[in-house]
Amino acid sequence: MRLTVRRLPSSELLWFAAVTGLLAGLVLASLAIGAADAGLADLLQSKDGLELFLISRVPRTCAALLAGASLAVAGVIMQMLARNRFVEPATAGTGECAALGLLVVTMAMPSSTIFLKMAVSCCAAFGGTAVFLALVQKLPPTQPLLVPLTGIIYGGVIAAITTFIAYENDLLQYLGVWMNGEFSGILQGRYELLWASGLVALAAYLYADRFTIAGLGRDAAVGLGLDYRHVLIVGLGIVALITSFTVITVGMLPFVGLVVPNIVSHFHGDNARRTLPLVALTGGTLVLASDVAGRLLRYPYEIPAGTVFGVVGTGVFLWLLFARPAHAR
Amino acid sequence: MPDRKLLVLGLCAFLAVLAFMTLGARGNWSFVLTFRGTKLAALLLVAAAVSLSTILFQTLSGNRILTPSIMGFDALYLLVQTGLVFALGEFGYATLLPEAKFAFEVVLLTVAALALFGSLLGNGLQDLFRMLLVGVIFGVLFRSLTSLLQRLIDPNEFAVVQGAMFASFNSIDTELLLASAVLVLACCGLAWRKRHILDVMALGRDQAISLGLDHRRELFHGLALVTLLVATSTALVGPVAFFGLLVSALTYEFLKTHRHGNLMIASMLIAVIVLVGGQTLFERVLGFGGSLSIVIEFLGGLVFLFLIFRKARA
Repeated sequence: MRLTVRRLPSSELLWFAAVTGLLAGLVLASLAIGAADAGLADLLQSKDGLELFLISRVPRTCAALLAGASLAVAGVIMQMLARNRFVEPATAGTGECAALGLLVVTMAMPSSTIFLKMAVSCCAAFGGTAVFLALVQKLPPTQPLLVPLTGIIYGGVIAAITTFIAYENDLLQYLGVWMNGEFSGILQGRYELLWASGLVALAAYLYADRFTIAGLGRDAAVGLGLDYRHVLIVGLGIVALITSFTVITVGMLPFVGLVVPNIVSHFHGDNARRTLPLVALTGGTLVLASDVAGRLLRYPYEIPAGTVFGVVGTGVFLWLLFARPAHAR
Repeated sequence: MPDRKLLVLGLCAFLAVLAFMTLGARGNWSFVLTFRGTKLAALLLVAAAVSLSTILFQTLSGNRILTPSIMGFDALYLLVQTGLVFALGEFGYATLLPEAKFAFEVVLLTVAALALFGSLLGNGLQDLFRMLLVGVIFGVLFRSLTSLLQRLIDPNEFAVVQGAMFASFNSIDTELLLASAVLVLACCGLAWRKRHILDVMALGRDQAISLGLDHRRELFHGLALVTLLVATSTALVGPVAFFGLLVSALTYEFLKTHRHGNLMIASMLIAVIVLVGGQTLFERVLGFGGSLSIVIEFLGGLVFLFLIFRKARA
């Protein structure tokens, strides 16, 4: 009975409608709330107000939506590739590797263009995540919880290397910016890379079916005629790109890629082609919600969205750990 | 031959202390000795507190991977401290006596830790890895909550307490040195008296009960000791993450015994060698600033990965 109920497309439509409604409200709130104390209507009428609106409020709202949506998509892809529900860029060392790459290129070539920085950071994220996946292959499949545990500590070891280099070269401040996601610094001209991140997430949709099959495991996927290696490389590439885009623009937002896919798959299953749009929508909504909450909690001061999400995200993570029996992935 | 091994460790620890006090010293000896002596005392206290709390905790939880800081105890201490500032405000917090403040925080921490982890540990660890992951995530949650509270505190208030809250090996909070020394020594004495009981506890819950031990009571006492020690070391130098694990892993590898009398002494000596020796090496010989804690984190993380891979294969 439950299965047939879950398969009804109307439940997804309902979810879509509910999340979209919430999103619309949040977008309005995000556009209206800021340190400048003026109503939305006032802003749009005066010339200065309109400028503020277009340079600060609109980019900030877009940045939160894009970062949330693409990180959530990256989370889904990682969970299918690692075949583990608890994996995401922050529990696999991906974000830490991206930051290490950025740090190295910033030190070696301080005047390099953003594209070179981006490329190095992305390669580091790719390599680091590939090493993680290779490590995880050696763990017994009967212990799914070992995977995120290994990933978190692996990330910690890489973060220690990064912190050491940064400390000895007086670059700790950069590191703080890259590792703590927040949107208060977002202005027009400083976030546009996130659109590229959104495009990459969109491109992931073309591979949705292949990721679903890869999620069945290597043997099953090869048996079904999938070029497993190819899909693995494409998936890793997408995850690395999205993570380094996010790290370089707004900083790491841990647990987005973990919480969102788990909530969505709890209600709608694991068919990536059907759930990816939902995942992206929910991810964007939740990150925007934590940004708006961060702006309201201590108005007119701001709390980073990453901090707000950290509290909510770890809470949901603990709930998942206790709610799911040990045998369920 | 544990006695000879202990002697070797003791000698190494003595050499580390000697090097720390004398290497690169110039000028007025009485100034150098008092200046370095205070720092040395703090380092010794931290070494004793972290190693003892880790050994105790691992015996109580019946495994050699979990440590109090992996389970988020020191993150919880920072949360309690921040929560106190948040509740009392700048003025209330600053007017409290440091010792009274410390005592209050320790009591709060003990209550919170026993409430959170007591029941989890009391039921026995059926699923070690689940426990570990829960602990790690609790740690992240406590840290997130702490930084959330710090943002909620008025920035002016925050600046006042920030100095006291973020200690490190380089900026040791010496205000509490005397109180911590008394506390750590008392804990060491209590743990030493309980060393044979701990040997029995290490056999596991069922064996310990059938040998006539009040398992619940001993668990409660042990956990209380652990939280006291963690609170002391965190107040002195801040969170140390994998230091305890590094020390306990080295101790078990080196000593290969189950007797807690030997284990406790050896772990303290190893902690002194790593901490004081490492600090000497980094500060005086290699000329790096305050990065010893980062290197300990790095090495401890590798040890942790090694241990879980070995455990998973077995």
